[in-house]
Amino acid sequence: MTDLTGRNLPRATPETAPYWDGCREGKLMIQRCSACGHYQFYPRLLCTECMSDQVEWVSARGRGKVLSFTIVRQAISEAYAADVPYVIALIQLDEGPTLMSNVIQSDPERVMMGMAVEVVFEAWSEEITVPKFRPRV
Amino acid sequence: MNSLRGKVAIVAAADTEVGAVPGLSATQLCVDAVRRALDDAGISKDQVDGLVTCNSMAEPYMYHAEMIAEYLQIFPGYCISVGAGGGTTFSILHHAASAIATGVCETVVIAMADSLRTGLSKAQAMAMMSSAGHPQFESPYGPTIPSFYALIARAHMETYGTTPEQLAAVAVNARQYAALNPAAQKREPISIEDVVSSRLIADPLHLLDCSLVSDGGAAVVLTSAERAADFPHAPVYLLGTGEGHGHEHISQAQSLTTSAAVESGRRAYAMAGLGPADIDVAELYDCFTPVVLIELEDLGFCEKGAAGAFVENGELALGGALPTNTHGGLLSHCHPGNPGSMFALTEAVAQLRHQAAERQVKDAEIALVHGQGGIMSSHCTLILGREQHA
Repeated sequence: MTDLTGRNLPRATPETAPYWDGCREGKLMIQRCSACGHYQFYPRLLCTECMSDQVEWVSARGRGKVLSFTIVRQAISEAYAADVPYVIALIQLDEGPTLMSNVIQSDPERVMMGMAVEVVFEAWSEEITVPKFRPRV
Repeated sequence: MNSLRGKVAIVAAADTEVGAVPGLSATQLCVDAVRRALDDAGISKDQVDGLVTCNSMAEPYMYHAEMIAEYLQIFPGYCISVGAGGGTTFSILHHAASAIATGVCETVVIAMADSLRTGLSKAQAMAMMSSAGHPQFESPYGPTIPSFYALIARAHMETYGTTPEQLAAVAVNARQYAALNPAAQKREPISIEDVVSSRLIADPLHLLDCSLVSDGGAAVVLTSAERAADFPHAPVYLLGTGEGHGHEHISQAQSLTTSAAVESGRRAYAMAGLGPADIDVAELYDCFTPVVLIELEDLGFCEKGAAGAFVENGELALGGALPTNTHGGLLSHCHPGNPGSMFALTEAVAQLRHQAAERQVKDAEIALVHGQGGIMSSHCTLILGREQHA
């Protein structure tokens, strides 16, 4: 388990609990609209495409590509200083939605635009497991 | 159509001392800005019936505008504090203008100040840094504010071939103007080489691609066009205004390289009956260098993807196609957080009054000012002019 002192810990809400539950079980849960088929992230009460409330949780394949990225050289706080340099990236999932994450298990200098990545789960505590991404080989 | 065009004017504008101002708290800076603006307007506080502020991070109050009114012992009929990030200044200006045009109030002071350089505790600074990302889906990954804008810069470079040197040219331009502005926080000249060899903060952004951290405040006085003639200085009329809102969090952006400045600009131009070619001077929000490139494109000053070359060619300098950020901008004049874009507004007033001394754009008649808040989230464009009917 990671030293969490000072980390920006996510706090699940009733709306997002299925997402964080999924992470704990090694699944990247996103929403799919039963009415129109639209995939969305982050979790919402309704479909942003057709406003239907028939949104269901589905497990994403966990694959995507790097839409953009940066190498952080000056950490946001002391809790992240040991990780410097670390990669902040926007990952577009194969299903369509985009999310923010870190790209890990790679030399930051080798991360590239459009790079194919896959999800890997990092357990932070009993409750919180955080999805990160690594280059797909 | 019933429009705000030409109905309201800025009749006073003033800045406090900026940079490191340890002798004054954020509240005192705000009050000092009000006093200076009232002096510029030649009116007493009893003639103010509207007060607008934004909250301070260093010295926050739950009801900030009411606090400033109480401190000054003024008793307005219109009193509000706004929080739309760096776009706060401009977006509230047209709300206040609407209040004047509809008779809710007559004379509004907009005053904003903060002391981010000397007034924040370490805990406050940390909390401020961490507050920009989505608490569940962004912040856990440790993104810094520069890193959010680095994602935009990288996408612009990848899509349009923009170079680090072109980003740097935005910072060099700002510094050239700051060198002409005795009030600016950073005035020593810098070169493209200085910018690209400064420390990387979040690739591709270097230290000198990032704006300053400052203390400071500014205020303007707004009144109806009818009453504007009664003030000592030539009025600066509001000709057009528009907002555009794309997202709150950058991971939800529809596009990383095209912003809602497209919509805010289109709405402002339509109200003013003017276009990009009519603008003599621009003050564009420049918290980080790539933001200016996207604003230049989205506001129609050059083709999409061409802003890097536009800036590199010196078009933002005095004598260029579009003199821009003539006070030195957030990059070199000062950046006290949410009040930051106030200085773009007071500079536009100085330019249109032809009082900008060495940095004056010759015969400037029309100015465009643009602010954005969040991470390229909320945009507001204002078009101002020396004449009521441009």
